[in-house]
Amino acid sequence: MFVRLSAAIAALSLLGSAALAQGAKPTDPQIAHIAYTAGVIDIAAAKQAVTKASNKDVKAFAQDMVRDHEAVNKQALDLVKKLKVTPEDNDTSKTLSKQAADKLAELAKLKGAEYDKAYVANEVAYHKAVNGALETQLIPSASNAELKSLLQTGLKIFQGHQQHAEHVAAGLK
Amino acid sequence: MLPGRYLPIFIALLLGTIAVPARAATIQITMQDLVFAPAEVSTRVGDTIEWINKDVFAHTATARNGDFDVTMPPKKTVPSVLKKAGTVEYYCRYHPNMKAVLKIEP
Repeated sequence: MFVRLSAAIAALSLLGSAALAQGAKPTDPQIAHIAYTAGVIDIAAAKQAVTKASNKDVKAFAQDMVRDHEAVNKQALDLVKKLKVTPEDNDTSKTLSKQAADKLAELAKLKGAEYDKAYVANEVAYHKAVNGALETQLIPSASNAELKSLLQTGLKIFQGHQQHAEHVAAGLK
Repeated sequence: MLPGRYLPIFIALLLGTIAVPARAATIQITMQDLVFAPAEVSTRVGDTIEWINKDVFAHTATARNGDFDVTMPPKKTVPSVLKKAGTVEYYCRYHPNMKAVLKIEP
């Protein structure tokens, strides 16, 4: 089965190419906003999965996602408060949110095993895309050391999630 | 005061009671920034591992061979006693990129 990459993932990939190639390196307030938004998107997807998933491993994975991403985002909020930085909305965040909402609506139409597979496949692809964006764009662009360090912890967490999602996906076949 | 003839018995009892707990050590393994440290630990059956989770995330120490599976809530320390010998690779089920090894002597 072909898994169509969600538009949100395409938007994240843009981070590494066209969107920022015009010389616009994201600023710290923008990076904070993008990273936070990426977390919010995954929490929304996971909350949908907690109610919709039928496979117990998929449900447990979704619960892990809610717990971890909420913990990361709480740290992010604490940090921006401490640094007195106001996260700044930007085109990348807007595109991410819009397209994640479309993906959520698409997943909402699926049921049972079909839903489980589509959710987990999207989680693998989404975490892969977020990790790529963190590694190639967000972490190198961050100027504040504490923000950089939080993004690096985020990268390790999300790499863990990607492997976890791949493991759950393998179990569904 | 102990009468002289009881002294050897007393000493034997004392040594006896000390000998057992002295062999069982408590070893601390920390989870911080998604890393188990130290990554490799040598222990013995009967030792206690104190799993210290310094992260704001929950972690597990899950043996690949199924010998143990300990869950650590965020910012909590959980003790567990090693029951079986062997060289055991373990990982975190929530973040499988976290991996380490316990060498447990009989």
